[in-house]
Amino acid sequence: MRSRCTKSLGTVRHATAVASVAMLAGGCVNVSAPDKPIVINLNISITQEVVYRLDNKAKALIQENPGIF
Amino acid sequence: MRHMLFTAAAISIALAAGPAFAQRDPAYQSARAQGLVGEQPDGYLGIVGTPTAELRALINNINIQRKKQYTDQAAAGSTVQQMAFVTGCNLIQRTAPGEKYQAPDGRWLTRGSEPPVRDPRCL
Repeated sequence: MRSRCTKSLGTVRHATAVASVAMLAGGCVNVSAPDKPIVINLNISITQEVVYRLDNKAKALIQENPGIF
Repeated sequence: MRHMLFTAAAISIALAAGPAFAQRDPAYQSARAQGLVGEQPDGYLGIVGTPTAELRALINNINIQRKKQYTDQAAAGSTVQQMAFVTGCNLIQRTAPGEKYQAPDGRWLTRGSEPPVRDPRCL
């Protein structure tokens, strides 16, 4: 998909004026949609082994404290 | 007399063996059912729409208690954050249809009858 970042250029003078205005206005904006869904990494480091180790504990924790879970 | 005893026994058994929401604070249960608060993948409650002072107080109160439990339960070899994460996996799995939960990409979703969208590391 063609983004708005490409501009058709007229004369050199016109192109310079357009480019300056664009830079003053904050540059180009890419309006095409990303290819892949955005995945926000939870920023937690955890191995599968730790998940297995903690899972039964987590289940018991929820059972024993129903008021807060 | 026997009828009263039977009824009392039945009620006490129902309360003891009842589903978890029977022991939740009514304000918390109501906020959950209305989709005002929801489960986050990090193991804590979040506010779904516009925060209010009451909702903030509600989730802060519960989240502090959760954090204490996670801290107590995180054994040697794992962190509080990891314990919270694994509990969050389970909590999202246990959301009732109609309740809100947060997907790994940050979107708030409404739980339906199909399995929830969870971090791939969840069991």
